[in-house]
Amino acid sequence: MSTYVDPYASSRETTEGTVFSVTGGDWDSLVTEIGQAKEERVVVNMGPQHPSTHGVLRLVLELEGETVTEVRCGIGYLHTGIEKNTEYRSWTQGVTFVTRMDYLSPIFNETAYCLGVEKLLGIEAPERANQIRVMMMEFNRISSHMVALGTGALELGALSPMIFCFRERERVLDIFELVSGLRMNMAYVRPGGVAQDLPKGAIAKIRETVAELRKNFKDNEKLLVGNSIWMKRTEGIGYLDLAGATTLGITGPVLRSTGLPWDLRKMAPYCGYEQYDFDVVTADTCDVYGRFLIRIAELEQSLRIIEQACDKLEKSEGQPVMVADKKIAWPSQLAVGNDGMGNSLDHIREIMGESMEALIHHFKLVTEGFQVPAGQVYVAIESPRGELGVHLVSDGGTRPYRVHFREPSFNNLQSTSAMCEGSMVADIIGAVASIDPVMGGVDR
Amino acid sequence: MSENERGSFGIHGTGDTSGYGGLVRSQVSPGSTERPFGGYFDQVTDDLERAYPDFADAIERVVVDRGELTLHIKRERLVEVSLILRDRLKFENCLGVSGVHYPADTNRELHAVYPLLSMTNNQRIRLEVSVPDSDPHIPSLVEVWAGNNWNERETFDMFGIIFDGHPGLTRILMPDDWQGHPQRKDYALGGIPVEYKGATTPPPNERRSYK
Repeated sequence: MSTYVDPYASSRETTEGTVFSVTGGDWDSLVTEIGQAKEERVVVNMGPQHPSTHGVLRLVLELEGETVTEVRCGIGYLHTGIEKNTEYRSWTQGVTFVTRMDYLSPIFNETAYCLGVEKLLGIEAPERANQIRVMMMEFNRISSHMVALGTGALELGALSPMIFCFRERERVLDIFELVSGLRMNMAYVRPGGVAQDLPKGAIAKIRETVAELRKNFKDNEKLLVGNSIWMKRTEGIGYLDLAGATTLGITGPVLRSTGLPWDLRKMAPYCGYEQYDFDVVTADTCDVYGRFLIRIAELEQSLRIIEQACDKLEKSEGQPVMVADKKIAWPSQLAVGNDGMGNSLDHIREIMGESMEALIHHFKLVTEGFQVPAGQVYVAIESPRGELGVHLVSDGGTRPYRVHFREPSFNNLQSTSAMCEGSMVADIIGAVASIDPVMGGVDR
Repeated sequence: MSENERGSFGIHGTGDTSGYGGLVRSQVSPGSTERPFGGYFDQVTDDLERAYPDFADAIERVVVDRGELTLHIKRERLVEVSLILRDRLKFENCLGVSGVHYPADTNRELHAVYPLLSMTNNQRIRLEVSVPDSDPHIPSLVEVWAGNNWNERETFDMFGIIFDGHPGLTRILMPDDWQGHPQRKDYALGGIPVEYKGATTPPPNERRSYK
């Protein structure tokens, strides 16, 4: 056995093997050593477990005193191979995977993916399904922005906003639970429509929640908007102008903070967004404070869209929420039983007791899935973080040939270096928080 | 694109009771599209042809499928054409690069797909480059669209496409010492058998394939 010498621990041999003794360094010798160094350049690892790095993000910082001279991001700690996994499942099962990518905006991942599959199939979801999607997406935008604002404030030392933001987020998650049975990773949006229609009384509950949220958002705003301590930490921090943002492919609130009103809901409407009346919020400060104000203002725009969606949903009551083609539409609908959410008992009664054909169809569709004509598409939607693009390739089979997500978190995180180099260490936290990266989406 | 497929359940010999066992499907990729392409695609290709006289030589195929325009482009010309697309045709944004591995497409096994966006004109097109597995080199577009840096690293990591001229082409999602490129078709999904109440389910890539 060769003797292993550890530079940080003394060791001695015992009958049980080598025993290492780890002791702390001597501060005096450390100070002397640093004093002798020719330059003051220090390399510091921030993360991957630092609480202010939004999950498992690792930042390698080169510092000169308190000034950051170089920032490099280390990512990949949350890589789960979702893109690869979807190639081994049916097109419908893919929804269950992609919803787990960016875990703060599951509905967006699902909708983008389903719009891609629908484009490949050459079908369009029914109107009511689109209205439900829009309503769910805007709720999801609110819950995602709540986390962005709450944790962003927490990271800069403002504790109260976090508590209030998470309280409002809970209200939104309650709506998700009411509609889909799940609070996160719902797999609610399916190719061809949505998994099930809204339950009875949902619209009333949604309207009630919207009113509560609107009132509470107004109160929460007072905590930070115009707050002089907050502004000192955010104004002029994380500067990225339009030229920089375009070069780096930045989208979402970070791009809109440069003054460009680029929002795919307006520029390339999908799911019927052209029928809704809302404003694209911009700021012209290019800094963390501008992005913060944009997210705050987008909450109100989302509420406006939800209210309009509710009006439309009331009118479209009873219309289908899934395409009529039984070769694509997921056969069973969910229903709440006495043991929780599960397959609709009516459907089970039909396939088990009444219709052999229905049973065969159910079996074939659930196990084998449907075939999607060969080809490739790229579909993009406006997620809370920017352009969420899906590149789907089909070879004509029942499983995707390739699923690639153009994740806004992944692309926007590239701007960390541009935003932070030359700034103070403490400002990195604010800059990264204003990008709002979700590592589940970055690493996929 | 991919090999011929037999049957409906990926089962060979006996075992397929679906009644579709004799079915043979061959996959054909959509061929070149003839003009008119429709929408703004004619104008974009015309503008590109005017700005880049070697268009016919550089662009192997023009495909319009499902309302999307794809320019299949030779890798030697990729950077030149990209610069013209960016500066003259105002495609300011490249939304990354997505690799696709077609093992059956001999000498063009690895494809790199670049979705482009023009914010000025609100237009989208797509570039596609195909290279052989034995020589997986594509010039890097980081000089043209800096935001492609991480995307090219990801495609290198996942497919082994080497982007020549990239400022630091290292793995980005997988660990630095990882062997192989996970999203290639010849890289098995892997996994471990799952045991539950005495019954064992094989890892996903060994399960019966529903294709």
